Amino acid sequence: MGIKNRAAAMQSAYSALKALGRDPTSLQFDRIVSPTEALLGNKPIMLFGTNNYLGLTFDEACVEATVAAAREHGVGTTGSRIANGTYELHRALEQEIAQFYDKRATILYSTGFLANLGVISGLADKGDHLLIDADSHASIYDACKMSDGETIRFRHNNPDDLAKRLARFEGTPGDKIIVVEGIYSMLGDSAPLAEIAAVKREAGPNVYLLVDEAHSLGVMGETGRGKCQEAGVEDDCDYIVGTFSKSVGTTGGFCVSNVEEFEALRAYSRPYMFTASMTPPTVATARAAFQRMAEAPELRERLWQNCHRLYAGMAKMGYRLGPEVSPVVAPQLPDPQTAVTLWNMLIDAGLYTNIAIPPATPNALSLLRVSVSAGHDDGQVSAALEIFAEAGKELGLLKPGNIAA
Amino acid sequence: MIDVRMAELDDIDTRVLDLLKSKIGREREIAMDSNVVEDTGLDSVSVMDFVMELEDEFDISVPLDEIAEVRTVSDLAGVVRRLTAAGASV
Ligand SMILES: Cc1ncc(COP(=O)(O)O)c(C=O)c1O
Repeated sequence: MGIKNRAAAMQSAYSALKALGRDPTSLQFDRIVSPTEALLGNKPIMLFGTNNYLGLTFDEACVEATVAAAREHGVGTTGSRIANGTYELHRALEQEIAQFYDKRATILYSTGFLANLGVISGLADKGDHLLIDADSHASIYDACKMSDGETIRFRHNNPDDLAKRLARFEGTPGDKIIVVEGIYSMLGDSAPLAEIAAVKREAGPNVYLLVDEAHSLGVMGETGRGKCQEAGVEDDCDYIVGTFSKSVGTTGGFCVSNVEEFEALRAYSRPYMFTASMTPPTVATARAAFQRMAEAPELRERLWQNCHRLYAGMAKMGYRLGPEVSPVVAPQLPDPQTAVTLWNMLIDAGLYTNIAIPPATPNALSLLRVSVSAGHDDGQVSAALEIFAEAGKELGLLKPGNIAA
Repeated sequence: MIDVRMAELDDIDTRVLDLLKSKIGREREIAMDSNVVEDTGLDSVSVMDFVMELEDEFDISVPLDEIAEVRTVSDLAGVVRRLTAAGASV
């Protein structure tokens, strides 16, 4: 209890890690040069920790559309759509996303975090139940806290465990809303959606499924709609949430749905009603990015080639990775100190990755999150692998025999 | 009848405490008045994971907001007791 106590507890938890080199919570890039390169001071560094899966942040069409929208419509909306009105641009993006998913309606939110807060808290009312995967993102946990419904966790990616927990509610009134993610951001593993959808179908008509495709939009599925598309269960996914902050390259979020009552959320979902709407430039970027995704499926192919190469290369060296090839490659390290030490060594060698340590990680794992982009060229992937091999050897993480990258 | 019921309730306390003991290992001594975080060495996620074990052991559903109120092992056993009783009376 108390502001000072809380800050002091945080400081003591992290000071030992900061003492190992840089402060992982406040690394500053002095210039971003491209989707995959930046300057730290005046030293070039390769970016392998961006979620910039399709490398669209510097895409010419996206940049041009963004700049043009700022000139034409101004740089901000200065309020929510409820207060300041909807712009034609908001409506156009909502329609384009609904068409892209072949669903009835889309609601835009100003970030993906807000989309989860607004949709999940808005759907589950008193007497309803949320069943969430134990490894859910912070925005899903916070949404559950905001909701008047009750929340139960089920074991990560375990459809049988979900079924067992649903069965405990048999005969209780109220709706049940299952919440999962397409790709989990920490280990890069994806949800067994076909099995989860089957559990949902068997559980009856008042059971709904919400899938957060934050890391799978633009990445999985024949046209990039995400894991629901890849698993062939889009009709079972009642609500799909997404963000524009990863493959789409800007900020913003959305939910798309066929459920008839879906758009009622606009009148009571507070994270929709009481925060400024997406700005004209961010809407324009998102529209251009969806168009690029449709025109350039080779970006997705390129991304997966890079994923396979990086995953296979690191696995061969002896790094312990997540269970499947994914745009998030996550070497598991023995403890937070080793993770932070390796992270610092990689930066010294010109490679930026994300650090992920408890309590932000499942099962108290200490990880680096290496995110792959379609923007990485072969040379960058090779260089990243070499740096990982060298640093892993130096830290004694890898057996010398394994390191033929 | 009442005696049987009381015995069952005491039994819940013991079962919760024993399960928690086997989760955290022998190095730490805990009792009913121990704090489920500070005295166990578990972080908040591990406590939630332990609650899933309790749900399976007692065949109940424990909502997350109830866990947020829990401080001691006794509080946790109290939640289990109440939910078990509620289930039995339905
Ligand atoms: C699974 C998941 N959901 C939601 C979000 C939030 O997205 P945004 O960055 O748009 O707030 C993220 C990203 O941090 C995420 O990983």
